[in-house]
Amino acid sequence: MTNLRPETTLPLGPVADEGAAPAGAGAPPAAAAPGPAAARPRAAWRLLLPTMTPWLAVGLVLIGLITLLGVVGPWLVGDPATIRDIGLTGPSGDHWLGTTQTGQDVLAQLAHATRGSLQIGLIVGVLATVLSAFFGIYGAYLGGVADEAFSLLSNVFLVIPGLPLVIVISGFVPRESRGLWTIAVVLALTSWAASARVLRAQTLSVRSRDYVAASRLSGERPWRVIVVEILPNLLPVLASQLVYAIIAAVLGEAGLSFLGLGASNSSTLGTMLFYAQNGFALPLGAWWWFVPPGLVIALLGMGLSLVNFSIDEIIDPRLRNARTARRRTRQAARRDRAAGRRGTGATAPADPAAVPAPAEVIR
Amino acid sequence: MTSVHVTNLTKDYALRDGLRRRTLRAVDRVSFDLVPGRTVALVGESGSGKSTIAKLLTRLERPSSGRVDVLLDDRTPVRGSVYRRHVQMVFQDPFASLNPFHTVEHHVARPLRLHGRTHDAAATRARVLEMLERVNLDPAEAIAARRPHELSGGQRQRVAIARALAPGAQVLVADEPVSMLDVSIRLGVLNLLGRLQREDRLAVLYITHDLATARHFSDEILVLYRGRVVERGPADAVILDPHHDYTKLLALAAPDPDRATSLVRTETPDRSGIDNSVCYDHGLGAWVHVDEAEAAAAQAHAPVARAVGA
Repeated sequence: MTNLRPETTLPLGPVADEGAAPAGAGAPPAAAAPGPAAARPRAAWRLLLPTMTPWLAVGLVLIGLITLLGVVGPWLVGDPATIRDIGLTGPSGDHWLGTTQTGQDVLAQLAHATRGSLQIGLIVGVLATVLSAFFGIYGAYLGGVADEAFSLLSNVFLVIPGLPLVIVISGFVPRESRGLWTIAVVLALTSWAASARVLRAQTLSVRSRDYVAASRLSGERPWRVIVVEILPNLLPVLASQLVYAIIAAVLGEAGLSFLGLGASNSSTLGTMLFYAQNGFALPLGAWWWFVPPGLVIALLGMGLSLVNFSIDEIIDPRLRNARTARRRTRQAARRDRAAGRRGTGATAPADPAAVPAPAEVIR
Repeated sequence: MTSVHVTNLTKDYALRDGLRRRTLRAVDRVSFDLVPGRTVALVGESGSGKSTIAKLLTRLERPSSGRVDVLLDDRTPVRGSVYRRHVQMVFQDPFASLNPFHTVEHHVARPLRLHGRTHDAAATRARVLEMLERVNLDPAEAIAARRPHELSGGQRQRVAIARALAPGAQVLVADEPVSMLDVSIRLGVLNLLGRLQREDRLAVLYITHDLATARHFSDEILVLYRGRVVERGPADAVILDPHHDYTKLLALAAPDPDRATSLVRTETPDRSGIDNSVCYDHGLGAWVHVDEAEAAAAQAHAPVARAVGA
């Protein structure tokens, strides 16, 4: 299967080059999954890694840059709270992203706000994933009354409208005690239910497989059956849910902070937008104040989504097969064109090998 | 050595059909004995209750009524967690019964550790390799490091057999162990099971829908139809001299070169006349009604009537 794909696709653009080389490295897991005669043994975690595609690369680069901004940035920029008498000046050599109404450096604020948003995203993502894993996996494994109770609970949480509830809770908690963790817990409590249902469905499918019965038959204890036999097969789903929860948390927190209901004393992308809104940045045309935080939110969401699409391919190999089929058709077409340009029969022997490749993938 | 006495085993499944509740009796008062060194074959079509009996025997499910007594030589019953050390199972589908995430070594090592057969990593590893060699997986070192998707169906089934024998099982339930395999490797796996049985004097319950392998591989055959035993006796007698209509039907269903017409027969045989309330017992040479068989089995095993349902 792999040797049908010649890696000699020279005259391609940068995007295709990026796609071809890592895909060659990622292909063996795809080929090995159904075939009994895999070339060499592979570590299990290799099977869990997504195939490197241009989109995944873009997503990872975006996330990497934004994380860098949030982690390293705050040390490189000045104090975001310093007030100067140069209110609302546009980007310049001194202040790369200009200043706010009170003369605070927007870049410094952006770095600190990114850190705050990433922090809350991670905390909420992990909390929500742990909650959903517990209620989804444990309930489905136990079955019976426990399963009914757990799925009733997650259904109840599912129909609770998230943001309005968060607004109400945040409104009730007095501002001084409304810390980062309060907001994180509130966001996590309203966002775990959907992934719990996904995990439950997946667990129900995995737990009915023979290897789970076989490990119970070997005398494994229930927690070991869950953690060692079932959980690894759910890792792609869990990873996807984690990424999704992070996106939802960053956006949710930004929404809350924009409404002025965020954590007190915190600095996130949402609070930046809140202050920009309050400082009439839009009517005054101070785009450098509100565009950067908005853009960081959008790019972070995009990066995480792109990563998520790649993880989806592990969960549903049909997506990957469709992509490889598309790429092979493209490559075949390109080879045909190249052969046509040369106008000789020199490349003709390569064509029979290229033709069956797409057909083989389509089931 | 360990033997198993199954007495009037019954399993009801609750079915929900809209608001109505019904029960489906998957297994109805089945009794048989498994003794060391002998193989009992359960033969029947899909849905006849074969696999349910396997699950009940291995305690993956609880019986609705009836007993499974597992006894040591001195007639002490086997209970609790030790039960799994004595009764193990080989599943039908070798592609589903091994966890794709774990290596072959993990699959064989876990039961060894769980049942205290080995206590440290080095001993476990040595034992795993020994087990793999016993099931003709060669080179054992290389196979142990592999994952299920890197093995062929036959190799996987051998791993599953090694896993089942790892705790030191004396009673092996083989639930259609070769039906998912290529015809060319079925005989190899069956012969392996036969060899292991002779070496370890295992008591084997061989579940199959294939009369030919049942005759080749087992000493006694029980024909199961809709949850009840309809014919039982020595393997040759049941195959060569079937009495029950259903057994005859099964025999007809097997392709036979001497009976060329059967290969082109297309209509579904009429089953309306098949009665599963009576069983032909070749040992007695007589027909037995299921109620009589129930009473006889209850009496035969009365002395060891200590509950195992716990």
